[in-house]
Amino acid sequence: MFVSLEQVFTSENILYLGKGALMSLGIAILSLFIGLILGVLGASAKRSKHLIFRAIGNFYVEVIRGTPMLLQILILFSVVPSIYTAITGEVLRINVYLIGIIAMSINSGAYSTELIRSGINGVDKGQWEACETLGLSSWQTMRFVVLPQAFKLIVPPIISEFVTLIKDSSLISTIGAVELLKASQIVGNTYYDYMSAYALAAIFYLIMTISISYIGKKVEKRLAVSD
Amino acid sequence: MIKVEHVEKNFGKLHALNDVSLEVNKGEIVSLIGPSGSGKSTLLRCIHGLEKADAGKIYINGEVMDPSDEKKYRQQRNQMGFVFQHFNLFPNMTVLENCNLAQIQVGGKTKEEAEKTSMEYLKRVGLAEKRDAYPNNLSGGQKQRVAIARALCMDPEMMLFDEPTSALDPEMIKEVLEVMKDLGNQGMTMIVVTHEMGFARKVGNRVVFLDHGEIVEDSPSEEFFSNPQSDRAKDFLSKVFYE
Repeated sequence: MFVSLEQVFTSENILYLGKGALMSLGIAILSLFIGLILGVLGASAKRSKHLIFRAIGNFYVEVIRGTPMLLQILILFSVVPSIYTAITGEVLRINVYLIGIIAMSINSGAYSTELIRSGINGVDKGQWEACETLGLSSWQTMRFVVLPQAFKLIVPPIISEFVTLIKDSSLISTIGAVELLKASQIVGNTYYDYMSAYALAAIFYLIMTISISYIGKKVEKRLAVSD
Repeated sequence: MIKVEHVEKNFGKLHALNDVSLEVNKGEIVSLIGPSGSGKSTLLRCIHGLEKADAGKIYINGEVMDPSDEKKYRQQRNQMGFVFQHFNLFPNMTVLENCNLAQIQVGGKTKEEAEKTSMEYLKRVGLAEKRDAYPNNLSGGQKQRVAIARALCMDPEMMLFDEPTSALDPEMIKEVLEVMKDLGNQGMTMIVVTHEMGFARKVGNRVVFLDHGEIVEDSPSEEFFSNPQSDRAKDFLSKVFYE
């Protein structure tokens, strides 16, 4: 069990896991951000007048939400290089962090699509009508009136999506990215004491997730001011 | 100025409007009254195009409104200001930003020009000092006055009011009606869906009485109230006035 607690909990190892934690955090932030952009596009597609866009939006959401993220990461990890080789004839030197961010962004985008769509639907219909009578186009209505209000509604679920992404970033350890979980495995390997190393990783995950939830609550309160 | 010709509107099986024709001239203040479900709000919303009529035509300044001619249709609609029962102010913007938005985005004004116009109208509705307040910090009456100012900022030729005082506490109704009365005195053409019989009688020049999606009576205000012709209007008035 904790055979070598004092050996594992050295400042050197803590620093090493800390770096891993920063990597996890960075990947989660980038994926959340890119996912939100994909979410706005996805939500627009699902709300589109054109059947083809709606179909694309639905397909995206259903496929991504209906399959495990681990599988998506593995597919991207193995399929992208083969496609590259098939087209160019060269071997692609793959950056596992980049693949990880792309896979997680696409995954998060599907969830954000649903969040943003429900946020947009949550804005009172009267807001659309008011904009219509003032002559605003539907794009202007979206940009200035509906999206700002929708985002306020979806801050809480976005925060929880962020927390999920931090935890799920551990999945990219399977393709060799050294983030928090992988870092703790490496430390565990060194000392043959996985329990202590994993416990340290858990502490880092909790520090991140609990502080984000806390900041999230503060932001929610600030946003509630104009209500 | 506005001509409604044989307009029909159905919601599923419900005939909301049944062969409605109406003409409103420049400077007139027309009150649309009638029992709830009589189609008065639907008629107002069809005139602005918030609802698409199933049949019939609507003309503004002699020209037919045709949604397929997008650019022209947009210009025609912009000649009408619309005030809602539930205000529909933008809660994410201050009073001033509410008034500025469409002037800048639709009217192509600079921020300074828009602000000047906004302040002019906010002064007119007596709310200049609320320019930086958010809608949710205003009373119902204040919200509706801002909504009226916001519509006026787009410089419409006529104003449509859809039960502008129905969502207000009783003590706030008058401040909104006063603003509307001033507007009428300055020559604004207005169509007002209302339950305020006092307003319809004293400020309005003409009453159009609807029941079951049909225009039952169309007469000068004083005449309508003192001497209603149809049984349905008589019945309605006897229910509205408590004696």
